[in-house]
Amino acid sequence: MQDCAAVRSDMAEYWNIESGHEEAIMTFFDNRPVADVVLESEITEKDFVTSGRGSADVKNTLKRLGIGPEILRRVAVASYEAEINVAAHSNGGKMESSIFDDMIHLRFTDRGPGIANIEQAMVPGYSTADDLVREMGFGAGLGLPNIKKNSDALHIVSDYGKPTMVEIVIFY
Amino acid sequence: MILLSEYIAAIDGVNITPVMDAAKIELSSGYVCDMLSDVMGSAKSGQAWITIMKHLNVIAVASMTGIPVIIFAKSSNPDQAVIDKAVEEEICLVQSSKTAFELSGILYQMLN
Repeated sequence: MQDCAAVRSDMAEYWNIESGHEEAIMTFFDNRPVADVVLESEITEKDFVTSGRGSADVKNTLKRLGIGPEILRRVAVASYEAEINVAAHSNGGKMESSIFDDMIHLRFTDRGPGIANIEQAMVPGYSTADDLVREMGFGAGLGLPNIKKNSDALHIVSDYGKPTMVEIVIFY
Repeated sequence: MILLSEYIAAIDGVNITPVMDAAKIELSSGYVCDMLSDVMGSAKSGQAWITIMKHLNVIAVASMTGIPVIIFAKSSNPDQAVIDKAVEEEICLVQSSKTAFELSGILYQMLN
């Protein structure tokens, strides 16, 4: 599957699309529509106190829109894991959430240093987290697998020494 | 299904968020783990989460996962900031001197 807008030829790319959603996901990424509601927040390196606020904002906004608890849980878990990943593994970055009538698109972009091997990072239990992150109870190597499990589409573009972009789509 | 208030009595626990009414919280099951990502990946709403982790991110994990109550084993004692955040997120916090093993055994027995 191609995503010409986001992919640079020198970077590695990973896609997971849950079966049944291929067409809707293709249409979305081909057209990249602008949402009515867009939320943005900064994520600071190694800041585990404020990391999570962006996800909480998204969760509360969806709750106000009447989205059911199971979808809320999937969005919140995928979003929080991604936010923690940026805080734990990158030099900081930001989160942008586009809320549509029937789905949410979350995009996390950071300032590097990138994922050397995305396929390896997707293996449950594989982690490059440091001691601080592990002491917090993170770093079990379950972040990306949890995001995959709770999303309808997961798209990662990264490479060693480059910024990382993680995109998540969840239908309501 | 049991009431949290019944479980608190059975474990000699203390509700350290008294503004949250334990008699109004129903428990269908439990989850025991200190790895936050494992909890987010596998815990379900309506479960009591038994842990010794007590920092602020624990509240975020419970909130994101839909967990109504955290049971702190071995008298694990969170800071006031953590308690305040839990109240804000409407998550009940309970403290007990029992170990995670004992706490889960008692909950398991009450539920089955």
